Amino acid sequence: MSQLLLSARRLTKRFGGLAAVNEVSVDLVRDRIHAVIGPNGAGKSTLTNLLSGDLAPTSGSITLNGVETAGHSPEAISRLGLGRSYQKTNIFLPFTVWDNVRLAAQSRERHAPWNPLRWLQSAASLASVNQRCERAIELAGLAHRAKTVAATISHGEQRQLEVAMTLATEPTVLLLDEPLAGMGQAEAERMVALLLRLKPDHAMMLVEHDMDAVFALADQLTVMVNGQVIASGTPAQVRSDPAVQAAYLGDGHA
Amino acid sequence: MSTAKAQLEQLPRAMQVLLALGALALAAFPLVPLEAADFYLQMLTQMMILAIFAMSLDLLQGVSGMVSLGHAAYFGLAGYALAFLTPADAPIPLWWSLPLAAAGAGLAALVIGFFVVRTHGIYFIMVTMAFAQMVFFLFFDNKALGGSDGLYVNFRPDASALGIDLENKTQFYYLTLALLLGIYLFLRRLLFSPFGRALAGIRVNEHRMRAVGYGSFGHKLTAFTLAGTLAGVAGYLWAAQTGFVNPELMGFHMSAHAIMMVILGGMGNFAGAIVGAFAFEYVMHVFKDLPAIGGFDTGKHWQLWMGAFIVLVVLVAPRGLLGLGEKLLKRRGRASE
Repeated sequence: MSQLLLSARRLTKRFGGLAAVNEVSVDLVRDRIHAVIGPNGAGKSTLTNLLSGDLAPTSGSITLNGVETAGHSPEAISRLGLGRSYQKTNIFLPFTVWDNVRLAAQSRERHAPWNPLRWLQSAASLASVNQRCERAIELAGLAHRAKTVAATISHGEQRQLEVAMTLATEPTVLLLDEPLAGMGQAEAERMVALLLRLKPDHAMMLVEHDMDAVFALADQLTVMVNGQVIASGTPAQVRSDPAVQAAYLGDGHA
Repeated sequence: MSTAKAQLEQLPRAMQVLLALGALALAAFPLVPLEAADFYLQMLTQMMILAIFAMSLDLLQGVSGMVSLGHAAYFGLAGYALAFLTPADAPIPLWWSLPLAAAGAGLAALVIGFFVVRTHGIYFIMVTMAFAQMVFFLFFDNKALGGSDGLYVNFRPDASALGIDLENKTQFYYLTLALLLGIYLFLRRLLFSPFGRALAGIRVNEHRMRAVGYGSFGHKLTAFTLAGTLAGVAGYLWAAQTGFVNPELMGFHMSAHAIMMVILGGMGNFAGAIVGAFAFEYVMHVFKDLPAIGGFDTGKHWQLWMGAFIVLVVLVAPRGLLGLGEKLLKRRGRASE
């Protein structure tokens, strides 16, 4: 079932005179993986930050699940069903894996912090939160690490934890910023398998440098250079685009 | 990226037993026949009041990662509330004046918090201090508010509804102890509630908390307000006990005092704040009683020794006395295996 869940139109972000993202449009569709590639400094992470609300766009519009979200706070956008992982691992290092994911899952409870009932409940006994947490940890393949402190697990496992936390909020749209960065072969293969498993229920945007993974996973490919989209289409179309070959992929990939 | 070390939240069994014994010792103390018993009762009452104050700060400093240098403002405001509410010729009932004074302090914290919890790190410290200084000088410079001399609280509150007489030092002591234990248990419960877990998450990585959907502003403002309210309970008791309020209660020194107590005992578990308050006050009395050596009155310069002591504790036990205790317990546990 393909369904347009996120649509960004002519997004622009200027830092002073520099347009880090310049008139970029992206559509994210359920059951499709949309990869964004480009050299360092192309504006891929800025684009992710605009979609997730970490940055407010200078101009342009974003529609997420039918709601206009450009300029909304990250928490509001998260609650509308967008989950993101970070390029630089961004987790709760002193907490256990379970507590990291449980905290993410807990965010989906009705939570007015000023409600005194929320002060006296035991967080560990919220059944629906525990269920969501367990499911996300299971999906991400971290069940055997649940009780381990996040600071002490391997880099690859921390990347899996990133994804588990994102999944615990039950998003419909996933923005994954270099989920394979720094992973070994086996870990990367496991992550690719996970992303394929998540695909049917999610609209996904994947920012990634690992070209093998990109071409294995992506249904749609957007190539950015200097904040602009220079090509967009199916991997086959992009691969044969002469501008892309010149600017980014190089002869080796052609 | 935060590199915050894991805090001592779950207290080891042996430490829980020690704390329970400490509570029992406090409960039994008035039964011990002592010379100058009144003096010790008052001193312990004061320590317990400061322990409540320190716990309220720990909710911000240790649990939520917001180091307030202006927390005494709420302590002092509730004390002043009691002074203003108490007429010259009769006591006022405890049952409504304590909640009212604490709510007043909480309201001030809500209003001030609305501005300060938007800031982070060093700016948060600066802004909390700036607001507290404003409150301090509002009272200091205003004759109508007591000015620099402060105000007398003419009568201790009337607690006959609870069947106790607060003019009686022992009964005042037990009321304070009951409030100390009640607030401690409440805060321990809160620490492991959804709200408490969210605060801990905000301390460790606020950015990530927002990315998974938490409105950190509401959480931080609620914590700030609650901390101000509990500081108000302590300030009310202080004013009731001493029968006197002055601007020093809301001054910079008082705020710094509380920070040191929390650091000394160990942050983020409330028990540390209690231990820190007792240890700080005890050590202060020891230093104040130091004898003169030659022409040099060592006791008069207690703040010098106190400073050195705090530096030493921070170097030797960066997680406070409780953190040190946990380390020793662990080592002993390992040795006996």
